[in-house]
Amino acid sequence: MVAATPSTISVTLRVWRQAGPDQPGRFVDYAAKDLSPNMSFLEMLDVVNDELTLKGEEPIAFAHDCREGICGTCSCMINGKPHGPGHGIATCQTYVRSFADGDTIVVEPFRARAFPLVKDLVIDRSAFDRIIQAGGFISVRTGAAPDANSIPVPKADADLAMDAAACIGCGACVAACKNASAMLFVAAKVSQLGLLPQGQPERDQRVLAMVGTMDALGFGNCTNQYECSAACPKSISHDFIARMNRDYLKASVRTALKPASAGGGGAG
Amino acid sequence: MAKLESKIPPGPLADKWRRHKAEIKLVNPANKRKYEVIVVGAGLAGASAAATLAELGYRVKSFVFHDSPRRAHSIAAQGGINAAKNYQNDGDSVHRLFYDTIKGGDYRSREANVHRLAEVSVNIIDQCVAQGVPFAREYGGLLANRSFGGAQVSRTFYARGQTGQQLLLGAYSALSRMVGAGGVELHPNSEMLDLVIVDGQAKGVIVRDLITGELHCHAADAVILATGGYGNVFNLSTYARGSNATAIWRAYKRGACFANPCYTQIHPTCIPVSGEYQSKLTLMSESLRNDGRIWVPKNAADRRKPPAEIPEADRDYYLERLYPSFGNLCPRDVASRAAKRVCDEGRGVGETGLGVYLDFAEAIKRLGESAVRERYGNLFDIYHEITAESAYQVPMRIFPAVHYTMGGLWVDYNLMSNIPGLFVLGEANFSDHGANRLGASALMQGLADGYFVIPYTIGDYLAGQKPGSRPSADAPEFLAAAENIRGLTNRLLATNGREPVSHFHKRLGKILWEHCGMARTRAGLEEALKLIPALREEFWASVKVPGSADTLNQSLEQAGRVADFLELGELLCLDALTREESCGGHFREEHQYPDGECQRNDEQFGHVAAWEFQGAGQAPRRNVEPLNYEFTKMSVRNYK
Repeated sequence: MVAATPSTISVTLRVWRQAGPDQPGRFVDYAAKDLSPNMSFLEMLDVVNDELTLKGEEPIAFAHDCREGICGTCSCMINGKPHGPGHGIATCQTYVRSFADGDTIVVEPFRARAFPLVKDLVIDRSAFDRIIQAGGFISVRTGAAPDANSIPVPKADADLAMDAAACIGCGACVAACKNASAMLFVAAKVSQLGLLPQGQPERDQRVLAMVGTMDALGFGNCTNQYECSAACPKSISHDFIARMNRDYLKASVRTALKPASAGGGGAG
Repeated sequence: MAKLESKIPPGPLADKWRRHKAEIKLVNPANKRKYEVIVVGAGLAGASAAATLAELGYRVKSFVFHDSPRRAHSIAAQGGINAAKNYQNDGDSVHRLFYDTIKGGDYRSREANVHRLAEVSVNIIDQCVAQGVPFAREYGGLLANRSFGGAQVSRTFYARGQTGQQLLLGAYSALSRMVGAGGVELHPNSEMLDLVIVDGQAKGVIVRDLITGELHCHAADAVILATGGYGNVFNLSTYARGSNATAIWRAYKRGACFANPCYTQIHPTCIPVSGEYQSKLTLMSESLRNDGRIWVPKNAADRRKPPAEIPEADRDYYLERLYPSFGNLCPRDVASRAAKRVCDEGRGVGETGLGVYLDFAEAIKRLGESAVRERYGNLFDIYHEITAESAYQVPMRIFPAVHYTMGGLWVDYNLMSNIPGLFVLGEANFSDHGANRLGASALMQGLADGYFVIPYTIGDYLAGQKPGSRPSADAPEFLAAAENIRGLTNRLLATNGREPVSHFHKRLGKILWEHCGMARTRAGLEEALKLIPALREEFWASVKVPGSADTLNQSLEQAGRVADFLELGELLCLDALTREESCGGHFREEHQYPDGECQRNDEQFGHVAAWEFQGAGQAPRRNVEPLNYEFTKMSVRNYK
């Protein structure tokens, strides 16, 4: 006889609780009972939090916003995997149906030196913003752009740039990496802009500045395990890391060989 | 009483913006750095405004409640952005985009604003491409387009199903560049809790640092709110969970008029609700209506049958039947109401009976599965994650959900509210979409306001402010506002009742969805106007907000936002009750044509209703700005 799929699921959540960055942290178990399999993982946390509130306990702090896998805010390590058991999805796109009745689910924050803990499951990922501020852009003033169709872009290049641009900046790549490297995040932006004709003028300085900032912020280096791609909710390929390394090498050589006067302003 | 001067420039429609730009005052380049501008919100409108103003030389402070400006909910827009480029040679023009938008808005927007929007739409695409936004392209390397609801041309530019993400990341990159260059001071994790007015002008904000709980006062020469819409007043919506109306609502309570709150958009293609625990509804992009066909069984008896067992002859492709010339691409409000009608007739599908099919079988037959995958693959994936069903094999089930709010703070042609110095951009204002927004127009408006309108119009205001005349952030007005916020916070924490905040939000949402959703009646709205104040009273008597004010406290954040929704919801219903007509997203059952279409009353309601706060417990004042249609004729919308 085949057992019928249970209409509800009950699990134990083993959740990392830590009041603040300088406080000690620990795992606390919470029972989550009679859940609909169609409930999302974050809705399960909502339900547990409402119960905690009614009991007079402090709810679990967790980061979330769009709940449709695009804003990159949610960031739970679920059973040791960033964003949980599914492939190519974020925490918010994980559903209770991915777990079995009676499971114990371990829920932790993403852990990396460059992502200091704020509270419980909430971390500080402002390091990613600082990497983008260092060069993750094309310097174009508003209003100065030529007609959009004046520069054709081969479809294959545009499509590949879009593959890289799909990054949601969640940090799963860093959390998955044993070196806490941000190479996939940086490579995605470097590749997106480097693949497009619009991105060529700043290509060298962009990759040097972004990689330099990444290193300075305490992210580790890449040792080619590709855990980042496996954990990425947008399945961004580690091929982009190879592309970035090539760009970085070329830019380093070109910059080293460049005469000191190059790039200076003309006589006024 | 508030003065509502629209400041629409004189002259022919197509010349207004050009002439206005030539005539408004400028701030000279050396003086720009002497002005500080606060920008609250960093979605498309806020990020593009902050970046552009900093490029011009103004000192900008950018505040977002998110941990990073890249997380604003513009990021979730899927389908595309309209622009009158006419790259398809299919007869598009600025005038046609203007006309479609005016008509789509059911003749309740300002002609001059909409025309300007259509004019600058072409610059937006240029700007975004230059920033490296990877729009979809044809094999020849030029930009691709697709069609969207309410238009008979292909003018929508897109980046797979992630157009909002790519446009937002473009604006975020421009903003980040200016942060790196020192032109913008970025304040993430900072929620605006009050607007500070000094001598009748907006001169600063009170923000709470969401990590430390500290309140900070910030003074500036002008304040820009680009904080998005208020659709989460319904609790269940396609908005992000954090999207809220607190910034605009607190500005309203400081005197800014709130225009047309009853104009709410219900999007026809969302994944149906599955249970009581539900926290959010997920949109399936309108672009799916290009190739998907919407139907329900002809006979209510068939509604539980597997769709494959319902023969072609027993299916009702009701949009194609009712609106043959626009078919599945009729505007959102029309499509949503049609879905409600067929479900009310008992023909809705799925577990709850609140759903219709969106079927790709024919498109897959015509184009092949791989072409359909290329166009919509990520949307099909999202659908699969949520429902565990493959839309390649069975039709999607969809149902309307709250998606956008056309109402918002009243602004003049310069995007300035009735409070001098307070500007409002993007979804937070009311100006461009009338009573219904067309698909792919929200991204267009957010970026138009931020990149191409405010950089000009703010100069006209600042030129009249003496450099260095802004008040200090410890002026008495700031201290009093901060004290007021402290009091509110303490009251929320001290109530210590029996119900978590989420319960009140759910209850409010149900009242609004039932009585002020897709179809509204006098009796229903009057009922809601009794239920909401009672619920609000209960909230303040029995809400339970755990934790303290001096740390990250998500319950406290949510409590403040829901407290505001409990007030805004009442204004929404009051506006819907007062507007005795149907137009766009506002459908009053008493006012419809025999075929169920909206019956407007242009004579009595061809105006903007701008509500003015009169104090707690007092009825707000309803101010009116007449809509003078000089160039188009207000006519009955016809998509047949």
